[in-house]
Amino acid sequence: MNTPRTLYAKLWDAHVVRALPDGEALLYIDRHLVHEVSSPQAFAALREAGRVLRRPETHLAVADHAVPTRAAAPGADPADGPRPCDDPLARGQIAELEANAAQFAMPYAGLDGPEQGIVHVIGPETGLTLPGTTIVCGDSHTTTHGAFGALAFGIGASEQATVMATQCLRQKRARTMRVTLTGALPPGVSAKDVALAFVARVGSDGATGHAVEFAGPAVTAMSMAARMTLCNMAIEAGSRVGLVAPDETTFAFVRGRRMAPAEAELDRAVAYWRTLASDADAVFDREVTLDLSALVPHVSWGTSPGQTLPVGGSLPDPACLGDVDRASPAAAREAARALAYMGLAAGAPIAGTPITHAFIGSCTNGRIEDLREAAAVLAGRHVDPGVRAIVVPGSAATRLAAEAEGLDEIFLSAGFEWRLPGCSMCVAMNDDRLEPGDRCASTSNRNFEGRQGPGGRTHLMSPAMVAAAAVTGRIVDARGLLP
Amino acid sequence: MKPEPFVRVSGIASPMPEDNIDTDIIFPARFLLLTTREGLGEHAFADRRRHRDGSEVAGYVLNRAPFAAPRFIVAGDNFGSGSSREQAVWALLDLGVRVVIAGSFGEIFHNNCLRNGILPIRVEGPQRQRLMALAEAEATFVADLPTQTLTVAGADPIAFAIDAERKEAMLHGWDETDQVVARFADDIAAFEAAQARLQPWLYPVGVPA
Ligand code: SF4
Repeated sequence: MNTPRTLYAKLWDAHVVRALPDGEALLYIDRHLVHEVSSPQAFAALREAGRVLRRPETHLAVADHAVPTRAAAPGADPADGPRPCDDPLARGQIAELEANAAQFAMPYAGLDGPEQGIVHVIGPETGLTLPGTTIVCGDSHTTTHGAFGALAFGIGASEQATVMATQCLRQKRARTMRVTLTGALPPGVSAKDVALAFVARVGSDGATGHAVEFAGPAVTAMSMAARMTLCNMAIEAGSRVGLVAPDETTFAFVRGRRMAPAEAELDRAVAYWRTLASDADAVFDREVTLDLSALVPHVSWGTSPGQTLPVGGSLPDPACLGDVDRASPAAAREAARALAYMGLAAGAPIAGTPITHAFIGSCTNGRIEDLREAAAVLAGRHVDPGVRAIVVPGSAATRLAAEAEGLDEIFLSAGFEWRLPGCSMCVAMNDDRLEPGDRCASTSNRNFEGRQGPGGRTHLMSPAMVAAAAVTGRIVDARGLLP
Repeated sequence: MKPEPFVRVSGIASPMPEDNIDTDIIFPARFLLLTTREGLGEHAFADRRRHRDGSEVAGYVLNRAPFAAPRFIVAGDNFGSGSSREQAVWALLDLGVRVVIAGSFGEIFHNNCLRNGILPIRVEGPQRQRLMALAEAEATFVADLPTQTLTVAGADPIAFAIDAERKEAMLHGWDETDQVVARFADDIAAFEAAQARLQPWLYPVGVPA
C-alpha cells in the first residue's frame, strides 16, 4: 500500500506545512545560513515590515564572501585587528552583518573566531547541517549540504526574509534525477573530476527542474568531503538540489558536532535518518549512469562549467561543431565566443596551456581532504616562477587542522601563500582577484566571464590538478606527478 | 517590500540571442558590495555595456537607443543561471524590465523574478527565434497576465504557463511574507508542535510560543 518514495520525496513530504495548487507547497525550513553579501536587503525588509525572527536559533550568520584573506602584516596597527580590511564597502558590509545579527538575536560566527569560514564549510562543521532537515541560504551552492541527505537549496534575499519571519517558503516540487556512479575512482582522479564530468555530460541546464540524487557503490565509498564536492556542483548542471542518502559515513561525521544531537537523542535521530534512503523500487523521472573506472582528470576550457574536457582532450572547433548531432548554430556561436574570451585557439590540446595563477580553496574544494590531495603533489616541488599561487582553507577549523598536520609548511615551502579562510578568489568580491588576461587554474566551481575578476580566465579542476598546474606552469595531467 | 502589480505590460524588447546569460553577467559580483536594492540598473550587464576604462561598448544591445531601457528581454536558454543574487532581478527592474522571455531559466532567478513582479516566460525553438527577429525589428510586445497571453504583431499569440497562486500574487502585487503570515500562521504552529515531538533534536530551545 505504501508507494515507494525517493529520498527527495521523503524529505519533501516531511516538510509540507500546507499543500498548494500546481505542485507547490508551503515548506517548513529547519535551518538557515546567512552571509554578509546576500542578507542586507533581507534584514532591511524585516525592519521595514517591523518583523522579528520566528526562531533565531535556527540561523547562523558568518562573513565569508567579502572578507580579506590576508593576515595583518607584522607591525600593523593592532587596532585594525588580525585581518585588516582596506575596502570601505566590504568593511561596511561585514559590520552591517554583525549589527543585523545583534539586532535580530541571530547567532553569528565572528570574523576572527573559531567557527568562521565559508557558509557551506562551516554548516557541516558546526553540526548545523543534519540529515533529514531543510536548509536554505542566500547562495546557490547550498546544494552542498545535500551530501548529508538534507533538502538544501539556494534562495534569493526576499525569500530569506520570508524564512526569517515565518520559517517557511513556498516551493514547487521538483522532478527527480538519479545519477548512479559505478566502478571505483582510479588513483589521481577525485570527486571534482566526477562533478565536472557530470556537468559536461548533462550540460549547464541539463538538470534544471530536477532534484539530483547521487547514488551507487562509488558514492557509498566516498568520504563526506567528496560527497560535498559532488553535491556542491549540482547547481552547475542547473539543479538546485543535490542529494546523497545518509549512511554510516554521514552519521560518523555528524557525531560530536556542536549543534548535532548527542547520546540517546543521537540514537533516535540516526534511527530516523536510516529511513530516508530512496526505497529500492522508487521511480525517478530521469536516470543517468556514469562509470568511474575509466574516468580521467577533467578541466573546464570555456565560460560555462559544461564546457569541460578530459585533460587529454582538444578544444572544440566551432567550424566543425555544426556537424555534431547535438550541437546547433547557437552552440557553435557559444563555443566561438568562449574561445575568444578565454584566448584559446580552436582545436588545440587543452594540456600545455600556460597559467598565471593557481587557486586552491572555495566551498567546492576548501576542505582538509582537498588540501591533503594538493599537498601530495606539492611535497618536494616548487611553484613555477610565472605563477602566483594561493591556498585558502575553507574555514578556521580546516586551517587549524591543516596546520596540525603540517600541510601549511608543505604549501609554504612550495611557494604557495597560506591564507585566512574565506571565499577569496572564487568570487572576486574581495582583494583576491584576477586582472584582465590572467589565467587561473582553480578548484572553485564557476568559470563564468569575469567570475574571478573582470577579464580573468578560469580553468576549473581538482586540487591535485591545480597543484600540478602550479608547479609546471601549465595545464597538465596530475597523475604524472603523483608518487 | 511590495512588488508592483502586473496586469498587462507592453513595450520594446531587447534581443539577447545568447545562451547561459548567468547572473554574474547580469550583475557582476563586485557590485554586490552595495547593500541597497535601489538604483542598481546602472550596473546591469556592466561588463557587456562598458569597457574597462568606462567607455561604452559600441553596438551592445543595451547601448542601442530603442533597446536601452526595455520592458522585455528575449534571450536564449538558461537565462539567469548561476548565483542566487537577487540583485540581478532588482537591476533588471531598475532598467524597466518587466518580462523576460527565454528558452529556460535558472531556478533561483525564476523564483526571484516572481517575487519582484517580473514575469518569466518560457518560449522555445523556432517560436523564440521568431520573437528574437521581431524584437530586433523593434516590434511592440504585449504580455497580458489575466489571459496568460503574449502578443506580438507579426507572430501568433503565445499562451504561457504560470502557477495559479503565483499569478494571483503578481496580479495584486502581494508581498509573500505578508501572505504566509496571514494565511498559514496556524498551520506553521501545528507543524512545529508535531515536528518537535518527532524530532526533538531540532528544537534545542523549544517550540515558539
Ligand atoms: S566559495 Fe565561491 S561558490 Fe562557495 S560560497 Fe563562496 S563565493 Fe560562493
